[in-house]
Amino acid sequence: MKKSRSISYVSALAGLLMALSLLLMACGDNTATTVPATTAAAAATTVAGTTVAATTAAGVTVTSTTVAGVAATTVASTAATSGEKFKVAFVYVGPIGDGGWTFAHEQARLKLVKALPNVEATYIESVEETPSVAEPVINELAQKGNKIIFTTSFGYMDPTINVAKKFPNVYFEHATGYKTAANVAVYQVRQYQPRYLAGIVAGKMTKSNIIGYVAAFPIPEVVGGIDAFTLGVRSVNPNAKVKVVWTNTWYDPGLEKTAAKSLLDAGADILAQHQDTPSTLQAAQEAGKYAFGNDSIMESYAPKAHLASPYWDWSLYYIDRVKAAMAGTWKTGSYFGGFKEGAVDLSPLNAAVPDDVKKLVDDKKAAMKAGTFDVYTGPIKDQTGAVKVAQGASLSDEQIVSIDYFVEGVDGTIPK
Amino acid sequence: MADIDLVKTLATTVAAGTPVLYATLGEILTERSGVLNLGLEGMLLVGGMGGFAATTATGNVFIGVLVSLAAGAALALIHAFFTCSIGVNQVVSGLSLTLVGTGVASYFGKSLVGQAAKDSFQSLKIPVLSDLPVLGPILFSQNLFVYFSFLLVPALFFFIYRTRPGLNLRAVGESPATADAQGISVAGTRYLYTIAGGALVGMGGAAISLGSNPNWQENITAGRGWIAVGLVIFALWNPWRALVGAYLFGGMEAFQFSLQVAGVPVSSYFLRMLPYLLTIAALVFTQWRLKDQTGRASSAAPSGLGLFYLRRERG
Repeated sequence: MKKSRSISYVSALAGLLMALSLLLMACGDNTATTVPATTAAAAATTVAGTTVAATTAAGVTVTSTTVAGVAATTVASTAATSGEKFKVAFVYVGPIGDGGWTFAHEQARLKLVKALPNVEATYIESVEETPSVAEPVINELAQKGNKIIFTTSFGYMDPTINVAKKFPNVYFEHATGYKTAANVAVYQVRQYQPRYLAGIVAGKMTKSNIIGYVAAFPIPEVVGGIDAFTLGVRSVNPNAKVKVVWTNTWYDPGLEKTAAKSLLDAGADILAQHQDTPSTLQAAQEAGKYAFGNDSIMESYAPKAHLASPYWDWSLYYIDRVKAAMAGTWKTGSYFGGFKEGAVDLSPLNAAVPDDVKKLVDDKKAAMKAGTFDVYTGPIKDQTGAVKVAQGASLSDEQIVSIDYFVEGVDGTIPK
Repeated sequence: MADIDLVKTLATTVAAGTPVLYATLGEILTERSGVLNLGLEGMLLVGGMGGFAATTATGNVFIGVLVSLAAGAALALIHAFFTCSIGVNQVVSGLSLTLVGTGVASYFGKSLVGQAAKDSFQSLKIPVLSDLPVLGPILFSQNLFVYFSFLLVPALFFFIYRTRPGLNLRAVGESPATADAQGISVAGTRYLYTIAGGALVGMGGAAISLGSNPNWQENITAGRGWIAVGLVIFALWNPWRALVGAYLFGGMEAFQFSLQVAGVPVSSYFLRMLPYLLTIAALVFTQWRLKDQTGRASSAAPSGLGLFYLRRERG
């Protein structure tokens, strides 16, 4: 009696699950073949996963497909290959479905595989930046015979350097860091260049002269981006102010939306952002205002509100470097790609932007491509009015990556 | 605090608190029956993804909401099976559910990333009421999820405290053996409310992916399920207090930015910490106050919470 009852529970459960998954499958074609392994592993590692979830409970946001789940992804895709291909690996900080930073890297990886058919490029997503998590992951990738490994977030810097010491014949590429070695190169893109162009559009389009900026963390990359944007705004509209709020997170759609609303409430009619989600755009669209995307082209989320998105194309660099590694001509270095290299761009402007503004943007873009215009060219004053860059001078690359003050026209503070 | 637009900030507070409110109400219903389900984050995500996927496929948001309810309920059913039929530790099963739910939502949601919502719940001004001063813009210029929660809170309160099924629910949560002796099916009741609670949590997911943030991204909830776990305790398992708790959370979210915009020199790190701090403070406070009333420590939690009930066989 008892037995048959629990059997009927099991079959009812199985039936319902299958019905649910069939329903969901019908709703969207599934793209990646490697993913079932991820899900299965996530399900299988429930006991080991307890600690992961416990950290989450303490308030640290962690995606569930962390190392244990994701390691399976590589295994699955490695097993499916012929073995003769040139092996390349990527380490991602977020899920490939984040629609922003990691998504952009993933798009570049796909382009790489398409451009170089002899390359087998695998990835591991949602790898925490903690050295104790990241280092074994990178180490394993090196051991598995990958010839070149891209680690795509700042926090992987020391783990990358440490593993590189043990594998002198493997090339390592670390994004956004500054430590190099004979077999470790660093790469970054000049995000500030398209942000400056976005600023020009904002400065021309604003009516209230208040422009909002939803910012993640007060690190040089973000602070410098706000500065470049503001310089762009003020180059065409010296009366406009850029109001900044900090969310202290890269990724929290709900919180970012709230932040965006607060700026709209304060009178901003255009919003810019340095976040990983399209929430700011959605807030602007609901309010009938304009906004910019970030990292990837975010037009589809809010077509009416979307003025443009500054975005990065990592594929040219990836293809270049993998080619060099295959040919044996790879050398260490530090790459800082901008318009000139085709590494950054501003997506096509909203149809509501007048032609003279479009032309202004195109001209500046051409000048940056040609190298005749530099965003951080003096005179640049900080918020107190003190001259930071003298007339005729400009910031060096070292100064750009360590910028820590707001320029004149920014309404906000940098938390210390 | 000169430049804060209080009315607008409070309207944002209500909007930000609503998804968490659904999750909290769902968990209250579940925990009242004695089942602790820590899989809130997973159910929120599955609900949010399922609702968005169904809306994308059919173009109808109401079908989306139904699928959200079903997805949350289906995940909760797994928990009910493991904890009420097999007797698996509720904490372990709940945490597993979070991982499973996150994985399932990410996997099936892959192709949805980058798509705009075909349809979503926009804010809808209620005629007459939305013209009220102060209250109009705060409470009656929101989306349908918010309005439905206004009905849901008193309805749940009435159900739990004023009806016979509600009494049975509380009895099963407080003392399953007594309830069993009264002829109430303990497992049946627990199954029912775990599933119903899961459905409500799933709806909380829809309130995000079809309401406040009409799109799908992995981990779109960003930890709100865990906030709700805390709010249940803050609420002392009472729907009205859940409303207060959820709006306090929403208020923390909204005011940290209006303070920043107004140029009030408050560290944003500190403000970001406040929701968590507040939950802890509320825990300490309620614990301490209850001790005062009854003379001994009492957590106000259903006494049978977290315990597997199996009737002893006779003879």
